[in-house]
Amino acid sequence: MPDVAAYDPLGVAGTWRRRWAKLVVYVLVGLFALYYVVPLAVVIVNSFRSLPDFSRNGLISLPHSFSFEYWSQAWSKFCVGGTCKGIQPFFFNSVAMVVPATIISTAIGSLNGYVLSKWRFPGSETLFGLMTLGVFMPGQMVLLPWARVLGLLGLTNTIAGLVLIHCVQGLSFTTLFCRNYYVNIPDDLIKAARIDGAGFWRIFRKIVLPLSPPILIVTVIWQFTNIWNEFLFAFIFSSGTNQPITVALIALSAGSQAVHQYGIESAAVLTAALPPLLVYLFGGRYFVRGLTQGAIK
Amino acid sequence: MASLTIRNLNKSFGSVAVLKGINLEVKDGEFVVLVGPSGCGKSTLLALIAGLETVSAGEIRIGERVVNGVPPKDRDIAMVFQSYALYPTMTVQGNITFGMESRRVPKKQQAEALARVAGFLQIQNLLGRKPSQLSGGQRQRVAMGRALVRDPALFLFDEPLSNLDAKLRVEMRTEIKKLYQRLGKTTIYVTHDQVEAMTLASRIAVMHQGTVQQFAEPRTVYDRPANMFVAGFMGSPAMNFLPAQIAVSGPAAVVLAESEGQTTRLPLPDGVATRAGGGRRVVLGIRPENLTRYDSRWAEERRHLGTIQAPVEVVEPTGAETIAVVRIGSREVIACFEPNAAPSVGDTVTLGVDMAKACLFDAETEMLI
Repeated sequence: MPDVAAYDPLGVAGTWRRRWAKLVVYVLVGLFALYYVVPLAVVIVNSFRSLPDFSRNGLISLPHSFSFEYWSQAWSKFCVGGTCKGIQPFFFNSVAMVVPATIISTAIGSLNGYVLSKWRFPGSETLFGLMTLGVFMPGQMVLLPWARVLGLLGLTNTIAGLVLIHCVQGLSFTTLFCRNYYVNIPDDLIKAARIDGAGFWRIFRKIVLPLSPPILIVTVIWQFTNIWNEFLFAFIFSSGTNQPITVALIALSAGSQAVHQYGIESAAVLTAALPPLLVYLFGGRYFVRGLTQGAIK
Repeated sequence: MASLTIRNLNKSFGSVAVLKGINLEVKDGEFVVLVGPSGCGKSTLLALIAGLETVSAGEIRIGERVVNGVPPKDRDIAMVFQSYALYPTMTVQGNITFGMESRRVPKKQQAEALARVAGFLQIQNLLGRKPSQLSGGQRQRVAMGRALVRDPALFLFDEPLSNLDAKLRVEMRTEIKKLYQRLGKTTIYVTHDQVEAMTLASRIAVMHQGTVQQFAEPRTVYDRPANMFVAGFMGSPAMNFLPAQIAVSGPAAVVLAESEGQTTRLPLPDGVATRAGGGRRVVLGIRPENLTRYDSRWAEERRHLGTIQAPVEVVEPTGAETIAVVRIGSREVIACFEPNAAPSVGDTVTLGVDMAKACLFDAETEMLI
């Protein structure tokens, strides 16, 4: 932080002008905050409201009833797609998908970045350029190829198939992040280590990895959030009990019930949104720091 | 301990030839400084010796062994980098023992080597610190410790002092010299600083545009530079160059061109004039310290003393001496004065030139005559 006092454009000129300027800014900022918070607040409130409450007071209203019942129903009892175990199995489907996919794609991305920045070879820059092309490739473009690949590998409608897809699709990002971070590690460190007798893997383990936590945290948060929230691949390549939670939510609301179970649906949606939210709450500051942090001196 | 032999070494990056036919014979126990302006190829040469780059053509031998295809770790070398290249996540101790761990040296031996080096460099109290907690000079010491602990055949230094402030640089220079005098290891030292080269080297290799211009003892490089590039690069303030011609008649002398009407004749030692040949167009090289206020008492001591009248344009006192820019013909020339004999701007001084120490270069080839 700079230790000079920051220039405050709202703190200059006459008293009235200053008051007005502050007022306008705070009202605007407040409105925007409200705009973003209200939907979340509505869903949170609804997850505790009973069905009669909904029919009497409508979808958006202050709670006239309060119960944790809908959370427990959503978690373990409600019937989704023929089974009545709540969204719990789908939640764990997502966990089983996101954990290995995040770890594997981050690990390979880190290794890719190391090779592309510190062990350059003829054509490595071109290769890197091609890999980053994946960042800009929309998922719809690769649906058919993936369908074919999963079919050939016998991984259609499996969690393993989704793990594979997310590992490969995520590599562009993880490689880009890690390579651009590792470029800032001075080459002299690698040279010194080579003279010291360390090889490719030892340099990676002992020199590069210990310098990596900031970018690994960024990569993990990014991958975790994206894979957890991903819908397209999950929707196309999984069905029935193998669905991740994002897809199961659709099945839940499109269920056969005549009446919409608003409370349960709200609780389910919030449960599904919780893991990325928690990851961001605990890792958010590392995320911002990792993205803005410069070279290792 | 080992010698280093480099034969017809070439290195190209793509179509750019960085080193062109380098030949160097470094004797066992010599301190050789590679010096030159940036981009002359000196750091590339060091990287080739270290094995960090691959040789395009030619041969490098450490001792009797050709090391062209040998990886850096097996060359029995140690290197100190300009950036120090200390491993930032390791303690000083970890930095020093990393190489031994990589080579699976037994723990007991590691501890002994660490204690020896830490004592030698007086860094025992720093062993638990991280590099970020060290000052520039301390980092420099640790970097040297990492090199010393190897007890290698060959020490390589890549501009190790250029990141230090001026005062510390001079101190560390002396330390490196002490270190060398105690260990007597073969050392290759890269720098762009000609003072470092002069003070440290047993021999200097002056490099320019990918070739070695001169490889000789510091005194020779300074007094008898092989060509105008070496003459201009070594020494500060730099050598003055004046176009001239060898006198055709009369006593052996050189006649300055551009002297605005007046003919300035400067006497030459007989041998030099004969070697050059009468009438030949030359460039006269005079170091500023050999160009100073004329003193009549010198005439007896110095046989080849020339005099030049010149107006003074700028005076720069440095304390120990006063440097003045004077005009000879259309050229600005730098002369050195005793501070108490310094001229003022606007004066016309009579300068004495010690022609025994002057250098003559061929006007075409720029080579020393």
